[in-house]
Amino acid sequence: MATQIHQGPPPLPPHGGFGDGPRGSRKRGGESLSTWRYGDRVAYAMCWFCGIALCVIAGAIVLYMAARGLQYLNFTLLSTHPEAGLDQKKTGGFLDPIIGTVLLTIIGIAIATPIAVATAVWIVEYGRPAWLARLVESGIEVVAGTPDIVIAIFGLALFQQSLFAPLSLTADGGAVFGRSFLTAGAMMSLIALPMVFSATREGLQSVPALVREASYGLGKTKIATIRRVLLPSVRPNISTGMALGMGRICGDTAIVIVLLGATLRLESEGGIPGFNVLKGTGSTLTSYVYNNSPAGEGNAPQKAYAAAFVLLLIVVALNFTVDLIARRGSKTGLETGRLGA
Amino acid sequence: MRTHDDEMPKVKLPSLQDVMDADPAGSRVPDPVHGALPPPVRRIVLDQPPTVATPAAPQTRAAGAGAAPTPGHGGVRHAGEPGPERMRLDALSVFYDDKAAVKSVDLSIRQGEVLALIGPSGCGKTTLLRTLNRLTELTASARREGRIALDDTDIDELEVTTLRRRVAMVFQQPNPFPMSIFDNVAYALREQSMKRPGKAVIAPHVHDALQRAGLWDEVKDDLDRPALRLSGGQQQRLCIARAIATRPEVLLMDEPCSALDPKSTEVIESLILELRKDLAIVIVTHNLQQAYRVGDHVAFMYLGDLVEYGAAEQVFGAPRAQRTRDYVGGAFG
Repeated sequence: MATQIHQGPPPLPPHGGFGDGPRGSRKRGGESLSTWRYGDRVAYAMCWFCGIALCVIAGAIVLYMAARGLQYLNFTLLSTHPEAGLDQKKTGGFLDPIIGTVLLTIIGIAIATPIAVATAVWIVEYGRPAWLARLVESGIEVVAGTPDIVIAIFGLALFQQSLFAPLSLTADGGAVFGRSFLTAGAMMSLIALPMVFSATREGLQSVPALVREASYGLGKTKIATIRRVLLPSVRPNISTGMALGMGRICGDTAIVIVLLGATLRLESEGGIPGFNVLKGTGSTLTSYVYNNSPAGEGNAPQKAYAAAFVLLLIVVALNFTVDLIARRGSKTGLETGRLGA
Repeated sequence: MRTHDDEMPKVKLPSLQDVMDADPAGSRVPDPVHGALPPPVRRIVLDQPPTVATPAAPQTRAAGAGAAPTPGHGGVRHAGEPGPERMRLDALSVFYDDKAAVKSVDLSIRQGEVLALIGPSGCGKTTLLRTLNRLTELTASARREGRIALDDTDIDELEVTTLRRRVAMVFQQPNPFPMSIFDNVAYALREQSMKRPGKAVIAPHVHDALQRAGLWDEVKDDLDRPALRLSGGQQQRLCIARAIATRPEVLLMDEPCSALDPKSTEVIESLILELRKDLAIVIVTHNLQQAYRVGDHVAFMYLGDLVEYGAAEQVFGAPRAQRTRDYVGGAFG
């Protein structure tokens, strides 16, 4: 603020300072909050309070989970397969759920990202006819607003059609099981899609029109402009959306329980190496936490805490990784640059 | 030249045809004061010594040379030999919905000279400029009438991407792409639907373009830096490098210095004078001194009409139309 270089008497009247931030007015004339109107004081206090409160809540969650998780977490838990059993000492660790979480997240985001980015590009750069654009936007809003359990049972109904038989186990009688990493991943992509979509759309909308004009002015077509200029410059936005979307996928439980088959271990299906895992069933950390919480069958809260902590770590690590990739890959300078300076 | 008859003073301007061809016998309405147009005169030299010798004024123009300042007074630099006509506008009108932004303008743009478009805000000069490489087509409500020819080819017959590579544009705000300095220029060079040439192939061309834009020495060591980290003046020169990289025939500049400080403006102006040798340059400017400094010819527009067209010396020194006189004298605008 420029106020700091003011010398001499403050330019405002003693009770003035309308539209002036508290910092400015305090520094100027040694004004105190008591000169403010009550509404302003309350609003000011609320801003501080809410900001700090949110930090405290986030910190409390992480610290609590860390404390409880680290208490029970050990390397054996991370590296052994889960076993069914009543004796908690013999039920193994949660290696499979960790792999399941990672696998499902990758499948989900890999399906969601291209679709979301393409949709965002279409909305922002083409978006004609207008009614269709509105329809597409509300479609995405509906998807974003649909509870995951609804998406899950819809997915189950969908993937049990014989058309989708190659994606999951087909029983001897010809009934399609409909549950596999592929089907769950496909539905998970719907969870992540709105995140990637809105981040990309906002990024594209914030690219100034003069950048597009510059490209057209060089004799470039619209699609070349999109591919070579716009998409590279919104890469950080896309990765932000991806990080958020992956966080959502990691944390989703309903789709896992309904569509992933809820087998403790990864159960392969079919004979094609690699693909058989995707076609098979399994569990994730969320379903593992659920099952081991007092609400689930396992009822081993210690393991639930440990798994929940690992899940939290995975989400945080995902965010950092994506952030890192975005920053390293970007030579745009948009963050620190001054476009149209 | 089209004029606004109702508001025009008694002096009738010679038509564009007369000015360009300057066939004295065919002069329909000889200018009572000046005869034909004086040769364009350059007044400032900036840092460099004159690079172009006093041209043998075209015969036809010599007829009106009496009105021109005597060549050779301090710092005078004459424009280069006017080259061949690059672009020609015939009865060009541009409408936004039903509102005419440019009204039936005839103009000629020649290689080797700078045409400065001046006029108050909203007079249609930027619209006119953007029409020349069909950028107005990006505006849904814009409609064009009349003919624009590039080297005698109607620009509507050209592929729009080709046209824009031949008639390049520099915008008011420096608008480098959010990528590296090298990529900014390389992007312009990589032609549509062609196999993308490798860095080794394209690097000499990038070097050349940056050199011609006078930016090479400043950026040669960090071509991989984001272009947006450059200063405003450097960014604008990068935009010029990008625009001239494809070796266009015409360079359109829309108030290229309006966002820059005086020093950067000076650098860009001397660059314009330098580039003018190989190109036809059309520059829109609000800065009359700038039009005076860089323009060989000046076209004054008002409310969509081309009111006056002539050598810079004549338009500023002895404007024929009352409205030009008012504008140049600061009465409005």
